[in-house]
Amino acid sequence: MTDRRILDHPILGEQKSQKEISFTFNQKEYKGLQGEPIAAALLANGVRTLRYHEESGTPRGIYCNIGHCFECRVIINGKQGQRACLTPLEEGMVIESPAPLPTPVRDWRYENA
Amino acid sequence: MHNGIIIGAGPAGLTAAVTCAENGLDVIVLDEYMRAGGRLLGQLYEQPDGKWWNGIKESERLFQQAVDLGVQFRFGTAVSNIEYLDDMWVIYTEKEVLQTSNLLLATGAAESPVPVPGWTLPGVMSVGAAQVMTNVHRVKPGERGVIIGINVLSAAIAMELQLAGVEVASLTLPRMSEVTDVEAHPKEVMDSLLHVSHMAPSPFVKLGSKFMKGDFMKKMGAAFYPKNGVKMWDIPIQLRKAVIEIYGENQVEGVTLATINSKGDVVPGTEENIAADFVCIAGGLYPLAELAAIAGCPFYLVEELGGYVPLHSEEMETTLDGLYVAGNITGIEGAKVAAAQGHVAGLSIARNNGIRSLDYKIMDAIQHVKTTRDHAYIQFHPQIQKGRSKIQDQWNTYQRNVQEV
Repeated sequence: MTDRRILDHPILGEQKSQKEISFTFNQKEYKGLQGEPIAAALLANGVRTLRYHEESGTPRGIYCNIGHCFECRVIINGKQGQRACLTPLEEGMVIESPAPLPTPVRDWRYENA
Repeated sequence: MHNGIIIGAGPAGLTAAVTCAENGLDVIVLDEYMRAGGRLLGQLYEQPDGKWWNGIKESERLFQQAVDLGVQFRFGTAVSNIEYLDDMWVIYTEKEVLQTSNLLLATGAAESPVPVPGWTLPGVMSVGAAQVMTNVHRVKPGERGVIIGINVLSAAIAMELQLAGVEVASLTLPRMSEVTDVEAHPKEVMDSLLHVSHMAPSPFVKLGSKFMKGDFMKKMGAAFYPKNGVKMWDIPIQLRKAVIEIYGENQVEGVTLATINSKGDVVPGTEENIAADFVCIAGGLYPLAELAAIAGCPFYLVEELGGYVPLHSEEMETTLDGLYVAGNITGIEGAKVAAAQGHVAGLSIARNNGIRSLDYKIMDAIQHVKTTRDHAYIQFHPQIQKGRSKIQDQWNTYQRNVQEV
């Protein structure tokens, strides 16, 4: 996971050392840095897909990364609709992707099928 | 109860908080993000004097200054509603309800999305998202990226990505459509790029800006612009090619580029694929002003300021009692201008709290905003002055009408 992290930067210098902690995402265990946004921790582990669209089931990841767009919403310790880009990572967090929801009401017209 | 509440811990909000605290006020700053700085955090560029503008350091400096003066902060706190009840502003957050007689909205800006086929694939993000991931969280958005949308912000961030060891395969345009109108037009983009050309080492771009002041020359420039593009900081800039699709199975695998003519139409048969594991969309910034709208501020659409802005005075007051604005909510400009506006807002709030003899200080602070604007290194909109005068004219008209009633 280190090669996705920018440990040394020509202008910003070395990254301050932060405590490494464990968390799970969709039942799989990962390591991340305490206090970094969940989205950053997952990206550092090569995970881009954070959820599946409620209706279509297509994969989604971060878009704006600063809380405006809500594309990165995940379930954190059982609480749904939390933004992965704004939530600081904590030891033992259980993070899950929301799955597609049943959509009993939809447009069944042939041209829109 | 606080003398003042500030929503937004970016350069405007932090500077306002410092100014309020220096004048003895008890203020609290709310921000949705986990730390102070706002959009200032991601900024990193070399100034004309050779010194680097490091947004993280600037944010930390302002934050520390505020903390030392006793300013309270609530991070991870989203404001869901504000209302004016019994001469007080009531601020609703997820955790608590706060009250104040003076409320400053320093909510900053958001990025305009530019829809491109395939843009919901994981790996597609706003250019600001890539900037924050790289400079603030120190995680690479990917190994090799394509930036769609050529403007001041995306050119600067492309350079920042390179600096962090992330390859930028290309800076390109989106395909022209009803929603991408101006951003996709080579002539318009050429026009806007003239304002970053002083940062570019490429002689073509530098020379170009000198010879392309006239409208006719800009049209010619777009028509004769080399099909393979030019390079700025070694990044190929392609004004004659547009991304027509972002492709990938479960995440970004690349983009399809095609040549576009000077009107912005695709030339059939010119499609080519460029491999990339991430794509940035750069649609420019617009003022994030929902809270001012909820409060009931009158708004004006001022293109030069980046969109709809709440009516406000040079002293950063809105038309509503005890409600102030500062920073990008008033129009898109750089962090230094935002900070200067925050200083004005802080002084206005202090004056409204009964602190005496601040009139001259406020006049000086307003002058400082103008000077800072005139010396701005990065100009987001070439006609910013015109935009500011438009709002000022509307404010004067509003004041006259109020007096007549």
